[in-house]
Amino acid sequence: MDTEHFISKKRPSFFPDHQEAIYKSLEDKHATVEVDKSDPLSTRMTLNMGPQHPATHGVLRVLMELDGESITKCRLDTGYLHRGIEKMAENKTYQEFMPYTDRMDYLSPYSNNVALCLAVERIAKIESPERANYIRMICSELSRISSHLLWLGTMIMDAGAISFFIWTFREREKIYDIFDEVAGHRFTVSHSRIGGINNDLTPVAVEKIRKFIREFPDELKGWHKLLDRNRIFVDRNDGVGAIGHEDAIDIGLTGPALRATGIAYDIRKFEPYLHYDQIDFEVPTRTEGDNLARYYCRMEEMAESIRIIEQCFDKMPKSGPVRVDDAKKAYPSKDEVYYSMEGLIHDFLMTDTGVCPPEGAEAYHAVEAPKGELGFYIQSDGTGHPWRLKIKSPSFSNLQGLETVLDGEMVADTVVIIGGMDPVMGDSDK
Amino acid sequence: MDPTLFSTLVMLAVVLLFLMPSAAVTVYAERRVSAFIQNRYGPNRVGPMGLFQPFADVIKLFLKEDIIPTGANRFLYTLAPMIPVTTAVITVGVIPFSEHVYIADLNIGVLYLLAVASLSVYGVTLAGWASNSKYSLLGGLRAAAQMISYELPMGVALASVILFAGSLSVLDIVNSQDIWWNIFRNPIGFVIFTVAVFAEANRTPFDLVEAEQELVGGFHTEYSSMKFGTFFLAEYMHVVIGSMLITTFFFGGYHLPFAGYWLPEMSVLAKSILDIFVFIAKTVFWVFVFIWVRWTIPRFKYNQLMRLGWTRMLPIAILNFAVLAVILYYL
Repeated sequence: MDTEHFISKKRPSFFPDHQEAIYKSLEDKHATVEVDKSDPLSTRMTLNMGPQHPATHGVLRVLMELDGESITKCRLDTGYLHRGIEKMAENKTYQEFMPYTDRMDYLSPYSNNVALCLAVERIAKIESPERANYIRMICSELSRISSHLLWLGTMIMDAGAISFFIWTFREREKIYDIFDEVAGHRFTVSHSRIGGINNDLTPVAVEKIRKFIREFPDELKGWHKLLDRNRIFVDRNDGVGAIGHEDAIDIGLTGPALRATGIAYDIRKFEPYLHYDQIDFEVPTRTEGDNLARYYCRMEEMAESIRIIEQCFDKMPKSGPVRVDDAKKAYPSKDEVYYSMEGLIHDFLMTDTGVCPPEGAEAYHAVEAPKGELGFYIQSDGTGHPWRLKIKSPSFSNLQGLETVLDGEMVADTVVIIGGMDPVMGDSDK
Repeated sequence: MDPTLFSTLVMLAVVLLFLMPSAAVTVYAERRVSAFIQNRYGPNRVGPMGLFQPFADVIKLFLKEDIIPTGANRFLYTLAPMIPVTTAVITVGVIPFSEHVYIADLNIGVLYLLAVASLSVYGVTLAGWASNSKYSLLGGLRAAAQMISYELPMGVALASVILFAGSLSVLDIVNSQDIWWNIFRNPIGFVIFTVAVFAEANRTPFDLVEAEQELVGGFHTEYSSMKFGTFFLAEYMHVVIGSMLITTFFFGGYHLPFAGYWLPEMSVLAKSILDIFVFIAKTVFWVFVFIWVRWTIPRFKYNQLMRLGWTRMLPIAILNFAVLAVILYYL
């Protein structure tokens, strides 16, 4: 096969040095083990998948060296969606920064909000009210379901069954409607606040959530029926993209990708935050570490999320404050702002100065986001802005595993494995 | 003019005028049926129930800019889209729509069909190679490998059909099914043939030639405007042709179920009209199955496809042929 005519002699115009460096790094990967450089049949080809590719979940770029249909080695190139979110945080108060977290992992904005709030609450030593915590848990679990639904739809669409995407989106639509009712936004919710949440659940929202958790398990059962014994689906995923638990820990996989390798690490169990210690739930684990194992883990996690939401409704206080009543630590309620002078002043102060953690304090708080460990590390210089804010995002960690996993698989597996790892580039590139 | 030639020309015109729009109707049907499978409405704005949507699609395609990528082989790039359409159209030549309505009754009709069917892969492979794109190349190569692997089981399955008819003429094969359709006499052959036809038509689960997800359209990634439209049309024509082939070889062609037992003698005209309606109804059913399958199941991987073709379907097809041959010999 003659692939000579594909080679372009032109120097790339977009970041030429970086472009050349990454092609070089692809060439050099495993260079020490590779002895046979001859390619008499000329079957080797470098394929550049992404950043503009429909199935790389955004702007992920994968460079692959192909031998026919199989991938001999590959390199990832991330950073095409880098927006400098961590740097932006340094010029915002903690509360102002919240909408930016929505745009990191935009499939589960609520988890990101909660992660930021918990980190700030830890560094500034704020205790948010119990009812607010339960509402945060309910919404985080809903966003977990929403994120996993998108993973399910896209992963199976990447395997070739397109209708599934629309079926999962019908369910996601219900969750969007719930968030619309809860937070006033469908997509980027920004509902959590430092020291609580913005507003209590309305009766309509409660009714919608209850309806959803009543109907969703049946839907889930239907999908299990459709997929678990689907020969093509199982063949496409069984043993594909497998990774051992030792490699997984070395690379630093988190979330379902880690649990699929047999390590039951879930921050909700290991280091319970909010009130997860009072909730009874399982951590779904598989030992195979392949794409099918990730599938089962995520599917079971959705069922567990429903269980958690049910228990939250039982255990949460029927009424009570949803935000700390301390003007130095949280926004006052709107009633206060509109009808009292002090309230208005406090509101201004919160917006202008914000929560001021003690000087030199630093804190790390991680939550179990749908994709894995999402942590915020904050260093304070005593002002209302973080001196340094570092985000440990699960997609970035999971993408590190992709290079290892993809080597030796086939071109058709690439998209399925990317789908199974479930990266969100907004989360990875920040 | 020679009356045979005249009737053949008339038939040819009718069939061409029927086959071309049938592809357009299939596009519409696919969009509607897929919409219903996915809880959507589908195109329902252009004309009554969106029936004119295919026209809108084609006009849109005509008005698009026709791009030939730099470095492409211009001659092959332009030639490639014509091949699948041509092969699809000339396949119709030997398919009988009724006992009396057909273009030609070749005494080697089955061989003709197999020969023509294997030609269409040239279009796809050449398109993939001539586009000067790696994705297209992968798609084209997949197509070549896939066609070769599925030609064989298809041929062997057809051979088992010929056992019953004792003739290579397609008309004789259909007439041999006037009581028992081949689907009842030769169910394994039916399954193998259906799978092979799906593979030949590049439909899910065998659509890895165009694999929207990993190959971004495969062999037609670089095609635009009506060149792409021609590929698009050819795909649906192959769906229709595939349905006709399944109908002809295994679903009794134009025969009603067990027609030999109960259907009274009719005049040529009445019989022809009835036959054509029966044939179209069966074809429509199979087109529906094609669409249904496409929107329900995932696609195979390249190596799985090869394994299925060579290690499962071919041995089973040969075994099926041998067993049927022995049974028929001693019967």
